[in-house]
Amino acid sequence: MKKYWSFFKMRLMACLQYRAAALAGMSTQLVWGGMEILLYRAFWLENPERFPMGMEALSTYIWLQQAFLALFVIWDWDYDILKSVKEGSVAYELLRPTNLYGMWMAKCLGTRLARAFLRMIPVIVVSSLIPAPYGLRLRIPPETFGVFLLAMALMLLVVCGYSMFVYALTFHVTDPNGVMVLSVAAADLLGGAIVPLPFLPEGFRQFAALTPFASMQNVPLRIFNGNIPLSEAPGVMGLQVFWAVALLAVGCGLTRSGLRRAVIMGG
Amino acid sequence: MIEMKGICKTYRVRRREAGLGNALKSLFSQEYTEIPALQSMSFTVPDGQILGYIGPNGAGKSTTIKILSGILRPDGGTCTVNGLTPWERRREHVSHLGVVFGQRSQLWWDVPVMESFQLLRDIYRVPAGTFQENLDRLTALLDLGDLLKTPARMLSLGQRMRCEIAAALLHGPNVLFLDEPTIGLDAVSKLKVREFILEQNRLCGTTVLLTTHDMQDIDALCSRVLLIGKGQLLLDGDTAQIRAMAGENLSTEESVADLYRRFGI
Amino acid sequence: MKLYLKFLSIHIRSAMTYRASFFLSCLGHLLITTNVFLSVVFLLGRFGTVGGYTLSQLSLCYAVILAATSLAECFGRGIDAFGRILSEAQFDRIMLRPRPLLFQVLCQDMKPTMLARVLQAVAMLVWAIGSGAVSWTPAKGLVLALMIFCGAAVFFGVYLINACVTFFTLEHIEALNIFMDGPREYGKYPFGIYGKPVLLVLTFLVPLALVQHWPLQYLFDRGPSWYGLLPIASLLFLIPCGLLWRLGVRHYRSTGS
Repeated sequence: MKKYWSFFKMRLMACLQYRAAALAGMSTQLVWGGMEILLYRAFWLENPERFPMGMEALSTYIWLQQAFLALFVIWDWDYDILKSVKEGSVAYELLRPTNLYGMWMAKCLGTRLARAFLRMIPVIVVSSLIPAPYGLRLRIPPETFGVFLLAMALMLLVVCGYSMFVYALTFHVTDPNGVMVLSVAAADLLGGAIVPLPFLPEGFRQFAALTPFASMQNVPLRIFNGNIPLSEAPGVMGLQVFWAVALLAVGCGLTRSGLRRAVIMGG
Repeated sequence: MIEMKGICKTYRVRRREAGLGNALKSLFSQEYTEIPALQSMSFTVPDGQILGYIGPNGAGKSTTIKILSGILRPDGGTCTVNGLTPWERRREHVSHLGVVFGQRSQLWWDVPVMESFQLLRDIYRVPAGTFQENLDRLTALLDLGDLLKTPARMLSLGQRMRCEIAAALLHGPNVLFLDEPTIGLDAVSKLKVREFILEQNRLCGTTVLLTTHDMQDIDALCSRVLLIGKGQLLLDGDTAQIRAMAGENLSTEESVADLYRRFGI
Repeated sequence: MKLYLKFLSIHIRSAMTYRASFFLSCLGHLLITTNVFLSVVFLLGRFGTVGGYTLSQLSLCYAVILAATSLAECFGRGIDAFGRILSEAQFDRIMLRPRPLLFQVLCQDMKPTMLARVLQAVAMLVWAIGSGAVSWTPAKGLVLALMIFCGAAVFFGVYLINACVTFFTLEHIEALNIFMDGPREYGKYPFGIYGKPVLLVLTFLVPLALVQHWPLQYLFDRGPSWYGLLPIASLLFLIPCGLLWRLGVRHYRSTGS
């Protein structure tokens, strides 16, 4: 466990070094979120009855999305890992006394948490100061907050599990780019990254909700803003658990069989 | 002719200490240290000389090359190459200059070498006749032949280096900077490169400034050696002098190592 | 110009060397923009109109922005990816060659896969033009072309500013994504939708509204015809960009790396 912790610390420090990038990142997130909210405001003013949630709930969704962006995005692939698998240098990793999958996981979690850690605080502070209904509403019941934290943890497992799955797939296919391209597009549309899922048309929305992508940012954000009431939380979180377990299991299996092949082929 | 007089250059470098706390601290405040890269460097290289420019890592070798090639503007001092100040009138200056960086490629990776050459011809506006003449000569001397039809990424390091050198000479420069041209090459390629440099110098009278860590390069090529350390010129002479200074019966390599120690660099 | 075309052909051929990944990245670009457009379709399906614009008017708007950004990204890629050119020390090599620096930077890198998006934009334009969003006159056709080309020029200027900043910071500044990727995302709606402050910034500071919002008013018969000439005014933006570039080069020559 300790080696994963020191690994995590290393990633955190590597990210902290990019001071200018971090500072700039915060302002990006603020402007980005602001534009998004201004856009939905136009729709809200056009026809508030057709809005599937309150304007304040939507603003909360968008600000949290910006605050935790680094945790959510699927396109943040680790090209070091992909390259090492593709070129076979991954075999050297076997020289270290660690489990490869575990190390990748630590790397994935570490990078994401480090980036999010740097950015979330200023985004949350600033956006919670914006007057309602355009700001971030932080006052929620403690039990909702507890469920939200749990959903965030599950979300991280699903996101990293998905990345691991793609890395592990690289052992078995010649070019993972196709899978990556499709994943990014699917996650954008089906995961509520571009448009929150409740805004999608009937039918399509129900389909999207079943995909692993909907078990990512969609769940914790909508629990926090109250769009998913606590009574419905067990259902959607059960689906999160299912996807987390499934992705971890498949990723682990693919890594193991892939490594065996890499060793036999001599890298 | 290359002339450098009292050239100085200082870099400001961001300082960062290890540890998570310091990494956090550097988010808010940053300290700079000044590192003098060149301190009043002066030397002259007459036309047609092959000059070895040696010194340990960080001595200021690449800073010198960058200043001479006009990439960097020094803080003080004067410098002329072919009578031009490198950092003024950049385009005129560089059209008489060839540069090879051993660690970086100037060929386009995915297209056959010949296409890179033709592109360079257009970039340097080399007249067709001159280009053909230079190309024929370089192809013969460097034994390029079939390599010209191969994409650069498929060449071995030795083959690529020969192409790199040819690429730097297509426009017929009279001054050539070679920055570690033999790094990582096998014995045969090294010999070939050395042989070529001598031949080019003899045939065309090209002035060559060579930086290297390989003392056999120096032994084989250079009639004169400049030893620099910590931004200062420590020694100006030939290899025999270097060996004489170190005393005893040492090879050039051992003598240079001995001198590094003695100068404390 | 001849040299530029030679570089273009080299970049296209290099990209085609890895045929599979060439088509995959084309596909990737297309999927991203298709997603963005789908979001417009979904939201308009729910709300009918927004700010008085219909879906076919919005698709004209998005097609213009898409064409302009893709052209800028395809041919201005060298500047867009300037951080890499600097960190891989390719800029040193550029300075060793007897051609204008900016020209060489543009030649250094191009992104032919972006042409897929240009095609997509053309298809959307054809559809939007046919859908009766605008009552067309020759003058309006000309304004449309102006919007696209001046738009590409403004984006190009934004890239240039980004490149200049890279000279000083040596790393890509994410905040500039607001103006680099942002317009492609947010330009799907006329900037007036976002309210007056945003419109003012994008009119006078980074004149993207001059190639999108204002001339669109003319095309949709919502504003006076001189709005149609505003894209030309946006070109003034390139002057400060050019000056900044010179400043950046000077800084580079005094610090190296």
